[in-house]
Amino acid sequence: MKPLGLSFSRFWAVVLKEFIQMRRDRVTFGMMVGIPLLQLVLFGFAINTDPKHLPTALVVGDQGPFARTLVAGMRHSGYFEVLRLADSEAEADALLRRGEVQFILTIPVDFSRQLLRGERPRLLLEADATDPAATGNAIAAMNLLMQAALDRDLDGPLAPLRASAAPLDFQVHRRYNPEGITQYNFVPGLLGVVLTMTMVVITSLAITRERERGTMENLLATPVRPVEVMVGKLVPYIAVGYVQITLILLAAKFLFVVPMLGSLPLLYACAFLFIAANLMMGLTFSSIAQNQLQAVQMAFFFFLPSILLSGFMFPFRGMPEWAQALGSCLPLTHFLRIVRGILLKGNGPAEIAEHLWPIAVFFVAAMTVGVKRYRQTLD
Amino acid sequence: MLAIDVQGVTKRFSGRAVVDRLDLQVKRGEIYGFLGPNGSGKTTFIRMLCGLLTADEGRGTCLGYDLRTQQAEIKRHVGYMTQRFSFYEDLSLRENLDFVARIYGLPDRRAAVDRSLERLGLAARQTQLAGQLSGGWKQRLALAACLLHGPQLLLLDEPTAGVDPKARRDFWEEIHQLAAEGLTFLITTHYMDEAERCHSLAYIAYGKLLARGTVAEVVRGAGLSTWRVSGPDLHSLATQLRGRPGIEQVVAFGATLHVSSRDAAKLAAALAPFRAGPHQFEPIPSGLEDVFIGLMDTAKDNFR
Repeated sequence: MKPLGLSFSRFWAVVLKEFIQMRRDRVTFGMMVGIPLLQLVLFGFAINTDPKHLPTALVVGDQGPFARTLVAGMRHSGYFEVLRLADSEAEADALLRRGEVQFILTIPVDFSRQLLRGERPRLLLEADATDPAATGNAIAAMNLLMQAALDRDLDGPLAPLRASAAPLDFQVHRRYNPEGITQYNFVPGLLGVVLTMTMVVITSLAITRERERGTMENLLATPVRPVEVMVGKLVPYIAVGYVQITLILLAAKFLFVVPMLGSLPLLYACAFLFIAANLMMGLTFSSIAQNQLQAVQMAFFFFLPSILLSGFMFPFRGMPEWAQALGSCLPLTHFLRIVRGILLKGNGPAEIAEHLWPIAVFFVAAMTVGVKRYRQTLD
Repeated sequence: MLAIDVQGVTKRFSGRAVVDRLDLQVKRGEIYGFLGPNGSGKTTFIRMLCGLLTADEGRGTCLGYDLRTQQAEIKRHVGYMTQRFSFYEDLSLRENLDFVARIYGLPDRRAAVDRSLERLGLAARQTQLAGQLSGGWKQRLALAACLLHGPQLLLLDEPTAGVDPKARRDFWEEIHQLAAEGLTFLITTHYMDEAERCHSLAYIAYGKLLARGTVAEVVRGAGLSTWRVSGPDLHSLATQLRGRPGIEQVVAFGATLHVSSRDAAKLAAALAPFRAGPHQFEPIPSGLEDVFIGLMDTAKDNFR
């Protein structure tokens, strides 16, 4: 046989061996099937870059026929879902700040009368533009529907009003991000994404590596307690997380000039819970994974929905309800709202509290599973 | 005074007894050899002794501490050297020892690490990463690390596997030196020369204790008679001898055969027809290896 020739049987031996190993590693095999399926479901069914039914608050100063026509038109467009009739502008403002509504439409007192007199009443649509992609289409639709709706009502003796270029003075305020700069949305969001990625991946490796290299056995034979090992392993990464936060915030401020309206200490405090939740997730993975490859795959399996369903890349409100429910379980979803809320909207503790407790619940759940699994590995 | 005193220790994994009602007594200052085929339960037994695993049945003490209720105390006073190198390859020697010293909360940590490096001749290599060490040096590091907290009992699980003969000899000299200072050792090994260096031995197979005592006691206890056979074409002779009534085992030892049986008279009778041939036959005292091979075969018959 030629020493340098290629041999089919040798090549085939390697192929067969790979297949056998692939079959043995159930988790890896599962992930190879699971990750494409997950992507298919998420991209195919969950993600929608043209969000509809956006929650809208109305501040109605005039119940006249024209106002009713307008509101009906908004509903019919499919883009707006009138959730609330706010009593005052202040109340509507609070709803927008907390992120409960995406839009506020203010119909001024005397709207109908001014319209009839040809005084061009002012109609104000305020949008939460922290994510410009989520509001763009709805605003465009609003412009069109207004014209159409009013054209129908302005007939008979009112027809001359229709001819005038604009019977009313329609104004759009893109709040929190008036220029619609996407970086204002993405850079703060990146804070959460980077933390999720590093915290989950690194900790999921941390304990698996000790087990894989046999150092765990040694550690367990010493008087060191499991909780000392766990906390001792996590603390360095909490420090790493804070370095990452600081780096991104510095870049956000000096490179991208992202506004920072709220309190940075508050942001750092909230980040602690978020980091802890992700570390616990990683720890749980590392107590389940048999080897480091599996740990990384599990981390990826967690990272994928986090980045796609959290509202980081695609508008949260554009997703169907099941996807929103799934997204609501993930800590990143809530942390993104906290970061954007604090930086762009100047949210304070009262407004972010509702996003903190879901992260806390996640933390406790992950810790319960993780600690339980870790204990089992002792015996 | 006993360092280890356990009775009826049993550990089951998914219903199968890996260690089956084991009794063991080890005196203080003794080097106790623990032998048996792979998978016989040696490592599991050691893990129970140092508190890594909890015994399903049985009771006993390790250094006077109860095996079931005082695992924390045991961990503090016992040193355990795992079969596989289990220190951090990406830490230097000193960093590894320093870590261990902190875990045990040693007072005057720096001095303790210095002494330990000095004693095992690791001082010159203290900044080297553990992962770059050869097998022999890794083993020295592991020994240094498990001696650091001043244990009274050392459990060494195949400490010399993959270590060259010179390093092995040095290692055993170190062990004897430490034993003379009052330390107790329980050592598992597959090497007969190492077994012969132990004060006492225990042989286990399939989780059961088959023999114990000093080397002489174990050999005597087996009651084995052995003949050494040399000459041409031993392979075909071995084939003929095997399975003959009166012959229990035929084992190749280098350029000779060892033929053994527990019944000396029957063995002599069975060999008689072959003595006319070209081979030399000579009765010899049975060695430890003859005995262990016999024990392993018996164990297979009884438990499989």
